[in-house]
Amino acid sequence: MPDRYVLAVDQGTTSTRSLVFDRGGRMVAVRQREHHQYFPRPGWVEHDPMEIWANTQRTAAQVLGDVPDAGDVVALGIANQRETTVVWDRVTGRPVTRALVWQDTRTADLVTELAARPDAGLVAERSGMAIAGYFSGPRLRWILDHVPRARERAERGELLFGTMETWLIWNLTGGPDGGVHVTDVTNASRTLLMDVRSCRWDPDLLAFFDIPAEMLPEIRPSVGILGQATALNRSLPIAGALGDQQAALFGQACFAPGEAKCTYGTGSFLLQNTGTELVRTRSGSISTVAYQLAGEAPRYALEGSVAVAGALVQWLRDGLGLIGSAAEVETLARTVADNGGCYVVPAFSGLLAPHWRGEARGLVAGLTSYVTKGHLARAVLEATGWQTRDVVQAMAADSGLSLPALRVDGGMTTNNLLMQFVADALDTPVVRPMVGETVSLGAAYAAGLAVGVWSDIEALRRNWHRSAQWTPSPERAQALTAEYRCWERAVELSIAWGAP
Amino acid sequence: MCWVTIGARDGLASGVVPGTVQSIERAAAILRVVAGSGGRLGVTDIAAAVGLAKTTAHSLLRTLLSVGFVEQDPATGRYALGPGLLRLGTPLDVNELRARSSNWADALAARSGHAVRLATLAGTEVVVVHHVFRPDDSAQVLEVGTTLPARSTALGKVLLAYAPAPPAELAEVRTQGWAAERGEHEQGMGAIAAPVRSAGGLVVAALGVSGPLTSLFDGRGAPRSLLLAMVTDAAHAVSRELGHSSA
Repeated sequence: MPDRYVLAVDQGTTSTRSLVFDRGGRMVAVRQREHHQYFPRPGWVEHDPMEIWANTQRTAAQVLGDVPDAGDVVALGIANQRETTVVWDRVTGRPVTRALVWQDTRTADLVTELAARPDAGLVAERSGMAIAGYFSGPRLRWILDHVPRARERAERGELLFGTMETWLIWNLTGGPDGGVHVTDVTNASRTLLMDVRSCRWDPDLLAFFDIPAEMLPEIRPSVGILGQATALNRSLPIAGALGDQQAALFGQACFAPGEAKCTYGTGSFLLQNTGTELVRTRSGSISTVAYQLAGEAPRYALEGSVAVAGALVQWLRDGLGLIGSAAEVETLARTVADNGGCYVVPAFSGLLAPHWRGEARGLVAGLTSYVTKGHLARAVLEATGWQTRDVVQAMAADSGLSLPALRVDGGMTTNNLLMQFVADALDTPVVRPMVGETVSLGAAYAAGLAVGVWSDIEALRRNWHRSAQWTPSPERAQALTAEYRCWERAVELSIAWGAP
Repeated sequence: MCWVTIGARDGLASGVVPGTVQSIERAAAILRVVAGSGGRLGVTDIAAAVGLAKTTAHSLLRTLLSVGFVEQDPATGRYALGPGLLRLGTPLDVNELRARSSNWADALAARSGHAVRLATLAGTEVVVVHHVFRPDDSAQVLEVGTTLPARSTALGKVLLAYAPAPPAELAEVRTQGWAAERGEHEQGMGAIAAPVRSAGGLVVAALGVSGPLTSLFDGRGAPRSLLLAMVTDAAHAVSRELGHSSA
């Protein structure tokens, strides 16, 4: 039987990648193209949607050319940077302004103002998330308020809104010429405009944020046919779409309640499947939609986002010049046996989950003349482990689910010292899968599942193989519980330091 | 400015010493200019400083870029000394080696169905720096940091064969470009390994698969050809990742 392949597009923050996977879930080809980052003012981050669309078309066409028989590529799945907001003209297909990227903080004042309204409690109650500039709804509102004539044109139905998957699907399916205007439920759940239970746009939330319903895409399941991509060198059904972190959860085959993954990149993103139950959070994690199969109830997840993980190692390299490459942090850390009493809290621009303290600022605590650069390197790595523990504890308090093992991916998973530290700090096994490209694999799985490349979720589960495992040491786990109190104190100090 | 003086003194206007390789002299002059400029110069300024045509300076800079001796700021196009130059004379960091080889090692394990190890020589010891489990989800223990006997393992044979003063019996390993282990280390088990080279061509590591003898070798004891190709291809891919161009 000829093998059948699935094309995945991973539209990320710095680049757009097109990858082809076989039925074994193995990557057979990849093409990548970076796009420009625009920083027009401090705190503003923008992307050019036209450039991203061109890069998508180009890398997808290239990667289809790399596969010996492109006719065996049977579906396309999309994973995308979340919460990045695009508004465009439905007739010309031109964006009215550049995309407002998820890292952009220009909506801070708007969000403060909205959160002070007496009816602001509605947002958390309906959308499942506390009102914050992190999500796409406030960005859309900013565009309507600031781009000339945007609101009036949106109300006349001339403008369309979408996150990146919506923008790409609309263009892939014809753009101004019959393009399909849809979003997947995981991306929609990050707008603050969707009722997280019914998975529909909520009229009260639209009124609260003053968003015209005419410009919103139709909300669809993550796994199921979304449209026919006719704008590539080969026509393919678009059969799956997920926000990137949800795609990684899917690619890591975390399909059962309690199963969780953590992606260690610039920041770290931990998602734990909570099944069909939407968990009301009190401890600082976020409730979000994990995925939805066509015709089934949505599955939910708890999410804990940490802003600075690998970025702290980059700071050690570029800011302090203590190491020549990111990987060398492990070499430096191994020159000493412990952190020497040193703790680094990387609250470069506040702390996200589970603290949500924007005012916190970074600090190095416990300095004595004994502390060397080796101790500092260790404290830098441990900071990522401690922050994982912060998030996992908050999730356990919210969901009551135990964590059988933590599945990890991302660049920092080649760091054995860090991975062992995470296992010890959580007192939980840490496992790394054979395929590190979990985001794009998740998009491929979603699309392949919809068109029958894989029969069911169990078939995907069988594709998951362990490439490494770090087992906690009971003695270390116990010792670290005591050290964790020092970390908690350091976090309190970082919040106090930044307080106005 | 300081760099102009350096550029003029060490540039080519002073003439070429007979019997030397011109392109190396030019590259050296460019490196001096780049080093003295603090990363502020683009190709036009560099070409002017060493008295070369812009196209010549550009192709020299591209070559220096490809071996990691200079790096270019993607935003401004300006050049600075590269990490490869700064690390000349110091051995490749083993953690860096793991990070750079990880994707290829994973792919080798996934395709071959066998456990994968990457090892380096530390003094006379063979140290495992990366280990990918056999993809069957059975209980396995991460062996990173453990040492292996050099003479009886495929990884060790590769590393010894390319070390200074290799043992005579390993001459074959250098000729064929790979080494095999047939039960010498562990009964019934074998391995196939190939060399990993750094940018300059030096063998810095060995990459290999291990498993039951019957699944690695045919009835006459020869490595299964598909598997051997996977191992040597993966080793070449890691070498390319490290900047080795002829792999």
